[in-house]
Amino acid sequence: MSKNALILGATSDMALAIARKFGTQGYTLTLAARNLEKLQVIKADIEIRQRAKVEIARFDAMEIANHQEFYNQLPVKPDIVFCVFGFLGDQTKAQYDWKMCEEILVSNYVGAVSILNIIANDMEARKQGTIVGISSVAGERGRQSNYIYGSAKAGFTAYLSGLRNRLCKSGVHVLTVKPGFVKTRMLDGMKTPGPLTAQPQEVAEDIYNAVANKKNTIYTRGVWRLVMYTIKSIPEPIFKKMKL
Amino acid sequence: MKKLVTNWNNYPVVEADEITFEYGGELTYKLNGHPTIAHGNGRCYGDASLSESVISTLRFNKILSFDLNEGVVICQSGVLLSELLQIIVPHGWFLPVTPGTKFITIGGAVASDIHGKNHHVDGSFSRHMQWMNVLTGTGQTLTASRHENEDLFWATCGGMGLTGVILEVCFQLKKINTSYIRQKQIKAENLDEVMVLFAEHSDYTYSVAWIDCLKSGDQFGRSILMLGEHATAEELGTKKEKLSPKEKAILSVPFHFPSFVLNELSVKAFNAMYYAKNYRKIMDSIVHYDGFFYPLDSIMNWNRIYGRKGFVQYQFVLPLKESKEGLKNIIKRISKMGMGSFLAVLKLFGEQDDLISFPMEGYTLALDFPMRPGLAEFLDDLDEVVADYGGRIYLSKDARMKKEVFWDTYANAPQFKEILKKYDPDNRFVSELSKRLKLKD
Ligand SMILES: NC(=O)c1ccc[n+]([C@@H]2O[C@H](COP(=O)([O-])OP(=O)(O)OC[C@H]3O[C@@H](n4cnc5c(N)ncnc54)[C@H](OP(=O)(O)O)[C@@H]3O)[C@@H](O)[C@H]2O)c1
Repeated sequence: MSKNALILGATSDMALAIARKFGTQGYTLTLAARNLEKLQVIKADIEIRQRAKVEIARFDAMEIANHQEFYNQLPVKPDIVFCVFGFLGDQTKAQYDWKMCEEILVSNYVGAVSILNIIANDMEARKQGTIVGISSVAGERGRQSNYIYGSAKAGFTAYLSGLRNRLCKSGVHVLTVKPGFVKTRMLDGMKTPGPLTAQPQEVAEDIYNAVANKKNTIYTRGVWRLVMYTIKSIPEPIFKKMKL
Repeated sequence: MKKLVTNWNNYPVVEADEITFEYGGELTYKLNGHPTIAHGNGRCYGDASLSESVISTLRFNKILSFDLNEGVVICQSGVLLSELLQIIVPHGWFLPVTPGTKFITIGGAVASDIHGKNHHVDGSFSRHMQWMNVLTGTGQTLTASRHENEDLFWATCGGMGLTGVILEVCFQLKKINTSYIRQKQIKAENLDEVMVLFAEHSDYTYSVAWIDCLKSGDQFGRSILMLGEHATAEELGTKKEKLSPKEKAILSVPFHFPSFVLNELSVKAFNAMYYAKNYRKIMDSIVHYDGFFYPLDSIMNWNRIYGRKGFVQYQFVLPLKESKEGLKNIIKRISKMGMGSFLAVLKLFGEQDDLISFPMEGYTLALDFPMRPGLAEFLDDLDEVVADYGGRIYLSKDARMKKEVFWDTYANAPQFKEILKKYDPDNRFVSELSKRLKLKD
């Protein structure tokens, strides 16, 4: 029987690239997102291009009360889950408007913890599975331009690391993915430096290899490890005065 | 956010806001009231898809259905022909009509009502379409076909995006047994000969000729006629994989060449073909469809060899009766001016009776002109000549024709404009082209 991949936040460009990659490799796919109209279209397209079997399900990271129900109703339990959803939001607005702030925190952190708790427990019981969390380099050090998003991703990174520590005894693999810039809808209208910007397909390739090689944490593109090392090594008295 | 937008010939360049969308519903609320126009992969040679605001269709690129038995595809307008080929060829299907590049979107194919080397047999793209959905200027998304909103259908095929945004398109593919073409190349000494050859070989599915516009005397219009049929499995033998798409960018032109390099390059290429490879009068071969249809696609960014100033493509068609005299007259003018690319593409079109599409029965010639002083005046004169012979100019390759020439040569222009008024009463879809040709007011 072929393996099943559950993709949470499946309507994003990054998720689509992941779905295509794993679909091509013979996985059946369960695509979950909050917009069913978009999901229908993506399902048709992947079935035609990748000849993969695709199921779709409605999932909203913010609707925490429904997460258990969502998972219970899945016809097949996943061998691998990708937690891809996320929300960059508006930093300035979030500083004054709790609704925006909360949406950022829940979409990037609280919602992810809620659904992954459920899935982790199931995988631990089954003693198998892979959990892939898409965090961000933004979680490595808070910067004035996006520290609310960054702090949520920092929380998510710490969560994944703890989860890995817990689940390695049960044979469950946890992979933390830290993208730098990825050319997706999230960066629409932003100009980012070419060498630091990955296409979603590259990210999907990197993730596929990291899953196959049971990696713990990857940066994608790989140069971001170096970039972040440098940024993290700037002493705080200097860092706090920088325009970042 | 404003960004610079241009098409394949780097002329003109406009600063525009770009709207992207992934599903039709999203577009309705993203349209912000500014005049706008859909923009595909930027492979046309003109100003048809340029405006102060452009709607990029490149994210609207999902394939919704592909009937393997009937060869019917439904897809969103941002899907590229190159992507479709990857999917359909392995199942024994091919594009019903394709231009000389596979890097165009389906929406662009409809808006330009593209033609290919098989026009004399299969007509243009619209002939193979079953229906499409269009988000019109009234804010409604309408299905248009030969039976439903027919006027919208005909004004959208070849309508340069002016009825609205083309969303989903349903069309019929062509059955093939192999992904190879049985090719015949025939060397013609001059224009008279190549025209006779075109007529003699009109039963070939694909035909096109490269013609040298510089030679005079006995060799005036010397050319290479290329004919093709989809190869059968027997013709292919056992040597090759029967149904393989391939897509390799072999070379890339990394920077903008100074313009003078160009002629030297193309002269060399043609002579090499004319004198060496084609040393025999007739050459038969089996070639992959990719090399047959898309020779330039293997050189990514070939447009850059024209330098930063860009270039103009000029493609006209003359009615069959006038073709011989007209071609002689025009090619002589081009060679005398010495400013045209010396190599041009010649093709005999079949009949076409669409509302606003470019093709008509007769010969069409396409050539490149690098931007340089005096070119604008020269092409204005050429327009007059084309118009006097009853011909017309291809809008997808035009960035400069005067509106008088357009209104003189496209007989159905008034009717087209009426339909535009009906589906876009408030002029929400406006391009540089529609302004230049006064198609909306
Ligand atoms: N792009 C980058 O440069 C970059 C860099 C580092 C990390 N990342 C991370 O990579 C992941 C993928 O992002 P992307 O770049 O592909 O951006 P994206 O296109 O904006 O994708 C975000 C996705 O999250 C979904 N989503 C947001 N809130 C949700 C909710 N409450 N419930 C369910 N789904 C929700 C969105 O769904 P809708 O389609 O319904 O809106 C969308 O599909 C995110 O976690 C992001 O933080 C991205």
